Amino acid sequence: MKKREKLDGKVFLLIITILLFLVMYAAGLIIFNSKGFAKPQVFLNLFISNAGLIVIAAGMTMVMITGGIDISVGSVVAMTCMMLAWMMENKGIGAVTALLIVLIMGIVFGLVQGFFIAYLKLQPFIVTLAGMFFARGMTAIISQEMISIKNEMFLKWAKSKINLTFLGGAVNKKGVINYPFIYPSVIIALVTLIGIFILLKFTKFGRTIYAVGGNEQSALMMGLNVRRTKLLVYVINGFLCSLGGFLFALNTCAGFVEQAKGFEMEAIASAVIGGTLLTGGVGNVFGSLFGVLIKGTIETFITFQGTLSSWWTKITIAALLAFFIILQSLFAKAKEKQ
Amino acid sequence: MNKGKAFIKRLTGYRLFLPIFCLVLVLISNLIKTPGFFEVTIKNGVLYGYIIDVINRASDLVILSVGMTLVVAASAGTDISVGAVMSVAGAVCCFILSGGQQTVNEFANPYILGVLAAILAGILCGCFNGFLVARLKIQPMVATLILFTAGRGIAQLITKGQITYIRVESYKMLGASIPGIPIPTPVFVALIVVLLTYVLLRKTSLGLYIQTVGINPKASKLMGIKSSMIIFLSYVFCGLCAGISGLVASSRIYSADANNIGLNLELDAILAVALGGNSLAGGKFSLLGSVIGAYTIQALSTTLYAMGVSPDQIPVYKAIVVVVIVALQSTELKRMINKLQINVKSGKKVA
Repeated sequence: MKKREKLDGKVFLLIITILLFLVMYAAGLIIFNSKGFAKPQVFLNLFISNAGLIVIAAGMTMVMITGGIDISVGSVVAMTCMMLAWMMENKGIGAVTALLIVLIMGIVFGLVQGFFIAYLKLQPFIVTLAGMFFARGMTAIISQEMISIKNEMFLKWAKSKINLTFLGGAVNKKGVINYPFIYPSVIIALVTLIGIFILLKFTKFGRTIYAVGGNEQSALMMGLNVRRTKLLVYVINGFLCSLGGFLFALNTCAGFVEQAKGFEMEAIASAVIGGTLLTGGVGNVFGSLFGVLIKGTIETFITFQGTLSSWWTKITIAALLAFFIILQSLFAKAKEKQ
Repeated sequence: MNKGKAFIKRLTGYRLFLPIFCLVLVLISNLIKTPGFFEVTIKNGVLYGYIIDVINRASDLVILSVGMTLVVAASAGTDISVGAVMSVAGAVCCFILSGGQQTVNEFANPYILGVLAAILAGILCGCFNGFLVARLKIQPMVATLILFTAGRGIAQLITKGQITYIRVESYKMLGASIPGIPIPTPVFVALIVVLLTYVLLRKTSLGLYIQTVGINPKASKLMGIKSSMIIFLSYVFCGLCAGISGLVASSRIYSADANNIGLNLELDAILAVALGGNSLAGGKFSLLGSVIGAYTIQALSTTLYAMGVSPDQIPVYKAIVVVVIVALQSTELKRMINKLQINVKSGKKVA
């Protein structure tokens, strides 16, 4: 009986999400079967094209568990891509050094935002809104024109296929066996995701994050260092943003001002769809992974359909976000009544 | 010495000190850099000059900041969808006036119908935001984020991804000027919106209610004020303002450019409210402060443009200003500085 009580609420939201994904994918299999939706590669492409988003959604989940929010992520991704492209193409800096520099940049960015939020107690959305415009503007200051990345080492990272032979290959017209493949970016993304999962679930720091999000006052009275926890969360989030930006750059191989616009919305939507509560204290990075996959499936639908405008992705995501937010608040109200 | 100190303290304590001080600072720096800044000439029967340009261009922002002030005051949150709502309003208006064509030389439908539809679109967007914030109690930032990203998509769908042009003289009047009147029309529109809002807040108890709800929603609910209704209305009003502002902006370029109407204006509007001496934590507000704040920001933007900074890069400076202003308002910072001062003083005594 007790187990059943536990089922409703947060677990229920997660189950809805997973079911929604399965239903959507099944629907895709039925509708677009003639166009090759059933190929394993279509499923793997969900991960390939959303590797950056997976990492960023994990960071966003962490921030949202503390009860905060970060809407600067999209701009930070754009800035990361632009910095990578600018350093490698215009300054001749090596790929490894460039990567290290952007990762440090991400940490510093998170540190500054975290300081304002945790120590000066400013509202997270005002600080990150400013961060969003700052990073986007910085991207324009670095270069207003698009820079494509031609660095050999970087392209090698981006385009070295990892064949998954166990999924079985298909012989194409030229008689070459094509195995389903993934890029290294997918592995980095999944390893990061598992790392964050372990951090949240099995470390003292991770449990402190949940405690702070659940009730800041109680956490403080329990003797937990609320400020430092919040600061660290934003620092880790900053790091994940620049790492996500790097993965994003592996996909696009270019830096330009308008890049990753609306990314913050996709990350927040993924986290919310995955069962993270906007009020904080509840969340799971694997739920967010399913949020990302749902978004990827919608995009695949639109590509397979062929005639719909790409704006429909944003509108559908926004509608889904609104739907899940309403669902959450209904659950909260039902809980209050109990 | 003491008297002077007291005078400065009284001056800085005055509510509108910060916005007026910033405005004067920007204007003086302009006077030094560009001597012709205050020159006003008449070209084609319309006043012309840097300063007129600032006042004219600021009108969209003034209208937005009026709505934003009420939202911030009532809900302690901000509406970041205003820029996107502007583009939706512009798209709706142009769609109706052009009757679905891409370029028209005369109205397909009466002008008033387009205007009403645009304002209605703004109000509807405001209702959606208000419903999410007031009824479902969702953080304002997240609730308005939905329209912030989807809004431009909706506008793109209305205009079918193209820029709709309305090449009719009377359509341009709202954004340019009416023949025979030397002052640009947007200035009048802004003036009317500000005055009407001011009268509405002063002559009814609405202004007082908004402040009460902003300071303590629970207490005001116990007092018998429908706090969720007040918050809902403030978002609807903000949507209305964004709709009017979108009309003016689309009339300026006599077209509906879904990607560029109201771009980055949400930050400007929030900045105007913060610069106007209003606390972003809600409660007491000053409409006049926000209006002066809006003019200050437009003066700053024009100055930066004149210095050769591109529109893409301007947000960097504005973002820094926002964070500095908000940080200065924070009580934590004051406490930290006080602590530091005490430490320094006690350190001196020991030495």
